[in-house]
This record gives sequence, structure tokens and C-alpha cells, in this order.
Amino acid sequence: MASVCFYFQVHQPWRVKRFRIFDIGHGGRYFDDHSKTNLNNEKIFRKVAEKSYLPANEVMLSLLTTHPEFRISYSLSGVLMEQMESFGPDVLDSFQRLVDTGRAELLSETYYHSLSFLYSREEFAEQVKLHRDKVRSLFGVTPKVFRNTELIFNNDLAQAVAELGYSAVLAEGADHVLGWRSPNFLYTPKGAGGIKLLLKNYKLSDDIAFRFGERSWKEFPLTAPKFAQWVNAINGNGNVVNLFMDYETFGEHQWEDTGIFKFMESLPREILKHPDNDFVTVSEAAERYAPVAELDIPHYVSWADTERDLSAWLSNEIQHDAISKLYALEGEVKGSGNRRLVEDWRRLTTSDHFYYMCTKWWNDGDVHKYFNPYESPYDAFISYMNVLEDLKLRLAAK
Amino acid sequence: MALTVLMFGWEFPPRSSGGLGVACFGLTRALANKGVRMRFVLPKRMAPDVSFMDFSFADVPDIAVTGVNSLLYPYVTEGSYLSSYYAVGGSIYGGSLFEEVLLYAAKAAEIAWRSRFDVIHAHDWLSFLAGLEAKRVSGKPLVVHVHATEFDRSGGTNVNPRVYEIERRGMQEADRVITVSQLTKQIVIEKYGIAPEKVEVVHNGIERTDFRPLPSDLDALKRNGKKIVLFHGRITLQKGPDYFVRTAKRVLEYYPDAVFIVSGIGDMLPQMLCETVALGISDKVFFVGALWDEERDRVYQAADVVVMPSVSEPFGIVPLEALVNGAPVLISKQSGVSEVLSHALKSDFWDTDEMANKIVGLLKNESLKNTLRSNGGREVGAVTWSKAAQKVLGIYQSLVPRFA
Repeated sequence: MASVCFYFQVHQPWRVKRFRIFDIGHGGRYFDDHSKTNLNNEKIFRKVAEKSYLPANEVMLSLLTTHPEFRISYSLSGVLMEQMESFGPDVLDSFQRLVDTGRAELLSETYYHSLSFLYSREEFAEQVKLHRDKVRSLFGVTPKVFRNTELIFNNDLAQAVAELGYSAVLAEGADHVLGWRSPNFLYTPKGAGGIKLLLKNYKLSDDIAFRFGERSWKEFPLTAPKFAQWVNAINGNGNVVNLFMDYETFGEHQWEDTGIFKFMESLPREILKHPDNDFVTVSEAAERYAPVAELDIPHYVSWADTERDLSAWLSNEIQHDAISKLYALEGEVKGSGNRRLVEDWRRLTTSDHFYYMCTKWWNDGDVHKYFNPYESPYDAFISYMNVLEDLKLRLAAK
Repeated sequence: MALTVLMFGWEFPPRSSGGLGVACFGLTRALANKGVRMRFVLPKRMAPDVSFMDFSFADVPDIAVTGVNSLLYPYVTEGSYLSSYYAVGGSIYGGSLFEEVLLYAAKAAEIAWRSRFDVIHAHDWLSFLAGLEAKRVSGKPLVVHVHATEFDRSGGTNVNPRVYEIERRGMQEADRVITVSQLTKQIVIEKYGIAPEKVEVVHNGIERTDFRPLPSDLDALKRNGKKIVLFHGRITLQKGPDYFVRTAKRVLEYYPDAVFIVSGIGDMLPQMLCETVALGISDKVFFVGALWDEERDRVYQAADVVVMPSVSEPFGIVPLEALVNGAPVLISKQSGVSEVLSHALKSDFWDTDEMANKIVGLLKNESLKNTLRSNGGREVGAVTWSKAAQKVLGIYQSLVPRFA
């Protein structure tokens, strides 16, 4: 049996606008850029909604209608849900229709798509709860499976998540974690009780997410029958094929003209041609399959970059400086009892802010540059630190 | 038989006044390492301390006796040239820079007639006519190398029509034009009407010597918690010193412990002094004159940030020198060096608010300074003359295919 398990991450941060030294102390807002730049959150949201979320949701809904066997899972960050409410009721509505089929599962994560697990367990637990509440209120369902920001994971995280009562947790099936083992089985993380671990099959996931439109790739063009064959090959030596990727793969990272939507439209039919294949949501996979072994993952892994570690957010001095100064304010911010202060502070915990400050590969013009709305990582840092200064002044004024 | 180049320049270290001589030195040394033979022609007798190529001097021996100080030659317009000329006491070429240029060209024809070579390579307008003459008498292909145009030197206004005409003719009649940046290539195409396919960009490099920490004269200031913001360059319109001074005023409103050092001389010095007085910051801005070699490295090393607010900078070697000395940089987007440096703060030269924002951000956050200097230092290691020479060699080979 090979069960295909799709999980799509859906997230947009509240990007910090250009905030200069002159703006400090003037009661400014941090996330309401209205310029023509990519710091304009509404502009970006609408662009991604039109190019990706809306057409992709339409494809998924029609697949769910056509194929009763089809299943998908999503994780929507809390800040994404806020932006849907503000900028995209149409997008919210289409996600609600997907969830209403009962065959699109929603996962749990930190509301602010943050690195809080690394810096404050208390804040982590609060953000997980905020997210559960938000999912319940918008979709009327309660998530059973947890995925941490950017699939950041280690034994400790598994343990913390098990204590919160989740049945399963997701991680990257990185080579240095798996060794000779296969990502196509379930595992139990060391020291984390009974929680089940699903690992991303990064080869097959990245064939879709990263290589689909790449003309120099030897498998180009990737067709649904070809991909279904690769899935079939796992039949007999695996239980699940975990295809985890950003939802923006559809239409934003891989443009429509690459044929990505058409590929997705025909993929379930091709996969279901093999009688032993089917689809599962993440929690169905966890219910159906038993773990084959315990995995010991003492060091953090993630799904970011080729390193699959924390270096996308925490590899240079400005990133460490910014995040440690942010968390140093936690007690005081929460102690202020001021809801707007707490919310602004929390929006600053989103991992993307630190990703934008990454200088690894900056001169190579790679994905970090592509996804960076600032002119440089240094510009991102300067605006962020000015905002922290402003936040401190607001705190002092309380 | 090795590929042989007859090269025309105007200045060469140790007697050079700025980027042009330094660039000629770096490029020729790297070309020599790649097996290219060169005869480097200078208008006046100088004593270059190099053994990797031959020199010819277009003058007759008495120039060494009169010892003309050529400090400002490639960079001045004729008006200011005349005043500096009278100040230093004469030249065998006569009273006008243009007469010198023409005489140089005439001598160049003689030198070309006597020499054997495969390609001619002329650096900047002062030697373009010499290059053209050499091409006329030898029939060999000519490469002109544009380190700066009259539009850069004049800040876009007051373009000297005679200089422009020499530049245009040189580029028009050359077989290939090298520019030091994409920025300059654009100017060459748009303002001089040169066919884009004839123009090749070869970014300058820098010799990366091992970092040698030097004692600083500014330690006392730094111990007092002062942060040092440095401008190093000629105090002329092209380099944007006026924007630096206005930025200083803005920075001080938010960071009173900043101290501003201007190292360099130039025609705008009196105006800059007056402006600091008028802005009420004359006690925070120090004009220290032109610094060279070790003195210069010392002030780079003391600086918390080096600012290059050039209005128009075909390349700009200062940020590279600064990074080699461990100082982070803020550079104008209107600079060629911006094309090879990503680990730098960047701003439009006219946006003094943005420059102030970035400088204050750097002075307040040690982490930003450290990240810029370590990443920038690594990046500058890849900006080599060897890379530049490889491209230039490729251009020679395309002109003289039997050496390919």
C-alpha cells in the first residue's frame, strides 16, 4: 500500500514597512505599508491570492468532488488567516469550502509562524493555543497534528507537542536524520511518548515544488503519469509518500505557464490507476500506520535551504542580535497588559523577518533574494531594529 | 612570441593622484602574470617601481629636472588645471592641458613607429589621442579603456566639449571599448552613441594583501565612545562631499557621539568648510587633508563606517580599500562598485535622510557593523585583478585571433 499524503503550507507574514530612524517615537504603525513595493502586505496578498490560492483551491475542490478517495492537509498560519480576513474574504471562503468537504484537514502551528520554540516555551504554548482557537473559530475544526514553523524539529519539540496532546508531528526527511532509513514509514521520536512522526519525502516533494519548471532538469517535463510511476515504485517498500510543500508552489513559485495546475489536476487520477495506491490526510496516516522504529533527532532540522538547519534564520550576527533583543522584551511587553503592544510584538516574532536578514548566499541571487521584499538583508535589519526601538519607547510610556 | 601590448596611460604609482594610476598598476601586473608583454607609455618621466613590464616616456629628459607635480591631471577640467599648473611651476608641454595631450599624441606616433606590438590599449581621454595616433601609424587594433567620462567628472553639467570630442573620437575609432562598470557602459552608449556590442565591462579589482592592524591616531576619540564616519576621496563635485556634510548634520541629530572625518583635498574644500560652519557642526567634522598608503589604511581601520556618496562614480575603489581594511561601507547606488559589492549599505547619493538612517543604524548596532565587515571582507576577496586581466586578455585574443 502506498498512501499519498499531501500537506501544503499556507503563510504570509506581516512584513515590516520601511521604518527609519526619524519614524521612531511618532506613534507609527509597523505593518501598514501602502507603497508600490513588496512591503505592501495587501498588495502581495492579493497578488498571491490571484496567482495561487484562488486557482489552486479551485483545482483542489474539483479534485475532491471528482475523486472521493482524494485527501489533502493544510496548515494556515494565524497571520495568514488574519490577512484573509482583512484582504481576502474570497480566499477565506474558498478554504472554508475545502475544509467543509471533510477531506481537507487543517494542522496546528504557532499562530505567528514563529521561532518561539527556540526562545520561549511559554510563548510557544500561547501561540499554539491562539492558533487552535483561530482555526476553530474560522473553520469549526480542531487540529490533531502539529507542524512547527518551517518544519523545525528535534526530540524536544516532539516531546513538547506530545504533551500538548497531538497524535502526530511533521519533520523534514533529511538525509542526515534518516541515514539509510526511508521517509516512507512512520517513526516515533526519541523520548516523546507515543507521538508519531511523519517525514517529508524531500526528493519527490522537491520534484514538484522546486524542479517542476526547470528546463535543465533531466526529468523535464514532469508529467502526472511519470510522477505516478515514481509513487508506484514505493509500493511494497513504504506506507506513505509524504509530499510536503508550500502552497504557493502552485502559481507563484511555479507559474501557471509551467503547467503546474494541469499537472495537479491529473495527478490523483494517475495515482489511483494503481489499485494499491490511495490518499490520506496527515491524521489518517497516523491512525492507519504503525511506527517502524524510533528516531533520535537531538539537533534541529528544518526544511529550509540545502542545509536543512536553522541557518536561514539564525546564521549571522544581525539575525541573532535582532531575535535576542526581541525576546528580551517579552516579559515587559506582556506585563504591560496592552493588547496592541502584545500583538505588535508577536507579529515581530514571525520567522520571515529573520529570513530577510539572512546574508548566506545573498550575492548568489538565489531564493533568499527572490523572496526578500527589502533591498538587502541589512535594510531589513535596520527597519526591524528601529521598530524595536519604537516599541521600547511605547513600553516606557506606559 | 607572447602577445605584446603597447599601452598608453597618464599616471602610474607611486606618482599618481587617484584611481587611474592604481587601476593601471593592478591591471598590468595581473596581465603580466598571464604572460602578456607590455610596453607602458607615460607622458612624463616617472620612476615606477615595477619590473614586470617596460616603460617608455613620451618626454625628453628635462621633465625630470622640472619635476612637474602632476597630482591632479586626469581629474581636473582645464580651468582648474591652469591654476594648479601655475602653482607648480611649468611643464615642457606648455601652458595648456590640451597642448600636452596633443604633444603626447605626437610622441606616441614616434614610439609606435619604433616598437613592435600586437594591440594598443589606451587608458582614459588623456591618452586616447595617443592611442589613435599609434593605431594610425601601425594599423594595429586599438582598445580604449574608459575609467571615467567627462559626464562623471563634471557631474553632468559643464561638460567640456573638447574633452567630450576626444572621448567620443577615441571610442568611435577604437576597435573595442572597455568600461569599468555597467553604469559607465550605459553612459558610453547613451551619451557617446557607441554601439553596445563594441563595449565590454571589465570591473576593476583590488590587491588583497593580508590585513595588518595598524595603531590608530584616533584611539583616544574611540575610547571616549565616539564613532567615526569617514569620507575618503577628492573633495570635488563628482564625489558628493556636500551630501556627506548634510548627512553628517542629520546623523548628529540622532547620534551626537558621531565624529566625521574627511580625508582628501579638492576644489570644493573651502565650500565644505563654510558649510560645516553654517550647519553648526564644524566641531564634529574634521578635514584632515589627503592621506596615502599607511596613513590612509590607518584611518580606514579606525572608521566605523566609510561613506562614498558619489554623484557619479564609474567604479570607485575606496569601498574596496575600506573593506580590505575591515571597515564596513555605505555606497551610492550611482557607482560601478555597487555592481560587485552586495554586502554594503546602499543609498541614492541625494537621499541624505536615507544615508543618515543607515549610518545611525550601523552606529547603534554593533552586530550590523560586524556582519557587514565580515561578509564584505569575504566578498571583496573575490574582486581580483586577475579576474579583470582574464577578461582583458580575452578581448585582446578576439582582436588578434592567432593568440587565442
